[in-house]
Amino acid sequence: MRILRAATITATVTALAAVASGCGGGTSPGGGSDDAPGTLTYWASNQGPNVEADKKILGPELKKFERRTGIKVRLEVVPWPELLNRILTATTSGQGPDVLNIGNTWSASLQATGALLPWDKKNFDAIGGRGRFLAPALDATGAAGKDPAAVPLYSLAYALYYNKQMFKDAGISEPPATWDELVADGKRIAKGGKWGLGAEGGQLTNNIHQAFVLGKQHGADFFDGSGKPAFTSDGAVAAVKQYIDFMAKDKIIAPGNAEYGQNQSLRDFATGRTAMVLWQAAATTFAADGMKPDEWGVAPVPVPSGTPGTGRQTNSMLAGINIAVFKNTHNLHGAREFVKFMTSDAEQRLLNKTYGSIPPVTAAQRDPAFDRQDTRVLRDTLTRSATPLPQVAEESQFETSVGTAIKDLFADAAAGHPVTTASVTARLAKAEQQMAQ
Amino acid sequence: MRIPAGLRRAGLPYLLLLPALALELLVHLVPMVIGIVMSFKDLTRLHIGDWGTAPWEGLGNYRVTVDFDAPVGATLLHSFLVTCAFSVLSVGLCWLLGTAAALFLQEDFRGRGLLRAVFLTPYALPVYAAVITWAFMFQRDNGLVNHVLHDQLHLTDGRPFWLLGDHSFAALLVVCVWKTWPFAFLVVMAGLQSIPKELYEAAALDGAGMLRQIRRITLPSLRPLNQVLVLVLFLWSFNEFNTPYVLFGKAAPEAADLLSIHIYQSSFVTWNFGTGSAMSVLLLLFLLVVTAGYLLATSRGRKHADD
Repeated sequence: MRILRAATITATVTALAAVASGCGGGTSPGGGSDDAPGTLTYWASNQGPNVEADKKILGPELKKFERRTGIKVRLEVVPWPELLNRILTATTSGQGPDVLNIGNTWSASLQATGALLPWDKKNFDAIGGRGRFLAPALDATGAAGKDPAAVPLYSLAYALYYNKQMFKDAGISEPPATWDELVADGKRIAKGGKWGLGAEGGQLTNNIHQAFVLGKQHGADFFDGSGKPAFTSDGAVAAVKQYIDFMAKDKIIAPGNAEYGQNQSLRDFATGRTAMVLWQAAATTFAADGMKPDEWGVAPVPVPSGTPGTGRQTNSMLAGINIAVFKNTHNLHGAREFVKFMTSDAEQRLLNKTYGSIPPVTAAQRDPAFDRQDTRVLRDTLTRSATPLPQVAEESQFETSVGTAIKDLFADAAAGHPVTTASVTARLAKAEQQMAQ
Repeated sequence: MRIPAGLRRAGLPYLLLLPALALELLVHLVPMVIGIVMSFKDLTRLHIGDWGTAPWEGLGNYRVTVDFDAPVGATLLHSFLVTCAFSVLSVGLCWLLGTAAALFLQEDFRGRGLLRAVFLTPYALPVYAAVITWAFMFQRDNGLVNHVLHDQLHLTDGRPFWLLGDHSFAALLVVCVWKTWPFAFLVVMAGLQSIPKELYEAAALDGAGMLRQIRRITLPSLRPLNQVLVLVLFLWSFNEFNTPYVLFGKAAPEAADLLSIHIYQSSFVTWNFGTGSAMSVLLLLFLLVVTAGYLLATSRGRKHADD
């Protein structure tokens, strides 16, 4: 008996995988009905400083929607670390919300599960047509050639944040526009316990975002035309090496940044230990760490030519949140109405302003709130020089495998081990093998 | 028709066991069986929406996991060896610390209650809060550990990384032992209460010293208790998930890549539940064999001692 009990204890790990996919499993084939026209369940991602703040921000808007349509929206704000697992569980069980937010990099992966309502022409027309949305933001809603799995809701891009006083102290008048300038500026600043650039070496997604953009600038994609991983191309290796070299060769990133994973690099920036960070909409975090808005400046992320654009002059991944409708919804009409409401010009202006993001709806971008020194840079980057991450179903595997490879390379650099083209290639080759399983 | 009295009497215990059995099936066995079934399927993101449609893989998932020349199998083997080393060290240290502390606190002295309470705190703290505190203490630049080891005591040349590279194994071990040893302490302390005082008095009259008393009376009396304690500690540390997950995040360093984390990565992060289940089943089989072997060996040992 004791053996049996011990055995069942050990089954917890098995159960971990089993429970998530074992209970339920009943996606109705056609999906979608109008059985429950009076209510909607909405899973919002955590966009504000915390979950409570999100409830306060969204609450009045949902009331507005209820007054207009008579549909009551039950809101649940899901923290980021849980969101993907929650969506996976909902997909497996068929029991999920009616409407939900997804990170736009997950679009193709979730599209492949078939759990989300495809946004064909008919559905898009119901919310005002594709033409209302920024074209690059639409590119981040699913695999090319398929009906989008979601609709853009909030958009974000990377910018270079710099500490004005530290630049002045080092005799630098302009923020860098090319990487050579950035390295030169960084070297002038990096002495006496101060550092040029901050990095978040332990944060896999951030590593991916930086490597992806540098890859574009080297003319490399991490996936080839047929969607197969191509991590070890010359361009990809050069891109990753360039990023690691900021620490290994140029020594403008502090070695300690190799283990940062909880946004410590933003804290270092706010406390004047590093002069520059590459980040998306960091204003609220700086303010929370006690930095005044006039103490930092914003500039576009450097590109080889100095002028951001498309192709090799790409300087940001197109980050953002999409809104999707769960295929099994019992209120299909209401769900579409809700997406229409959330992507209406007025809501787009209001919500993006509150969250510090940029509206993917072009008409809403004309608000003066998106023309301040920081938001203007983000807006211009979004419309001119941002590209979505590869829209492939293996995206999350890509983030884990290549993100880990970069984390390990940072660890090598921090420990003083040499980082060479060969060692970068070896790490990336290992990441590529992991994708093949 | 009347049920014969004999059968009725014999059937009663089973009848009483029925609810427990049903729950056992529901909570433990059904998920286990589903997990085993999943391990024979090619269950990826394409099929989780309706996982009945996932194609059968036969032994394909297993073949991938035990092919130690290919990356998947090789990393699994590495992770397995790391976990074995980790478990042996963790169980040993937890048991040693717990037993030592329990023995010292047997003597009645002022402040004993307070010390007992302090010793039990790590066990009572919420795992996340405790481990995230350790994560901050282990930070290279601002962490307490490096401040003490490097800045104050000058024991290390440079500031080592604790959450990256090879040192991460030591960091993980320290946190896990810190978190688990109070359990061993608690159990051994309870066990010590049941040893009759007369035994020690008699031994003392015969001139046995402290160490001899521990070796001849305390440890043999604790034997059945230790048998269970070590097994439970082993199963816990072998399946340890929370600590490395909070300490290192999604990607644990190679030196501290415990099996549970590794399996989580192979299934949840990459959405490949078939391979993940196959690994889990192998883990289950391994633990079954170890547990059965351990119980057989220790029980036989006890019988000899009883003769």
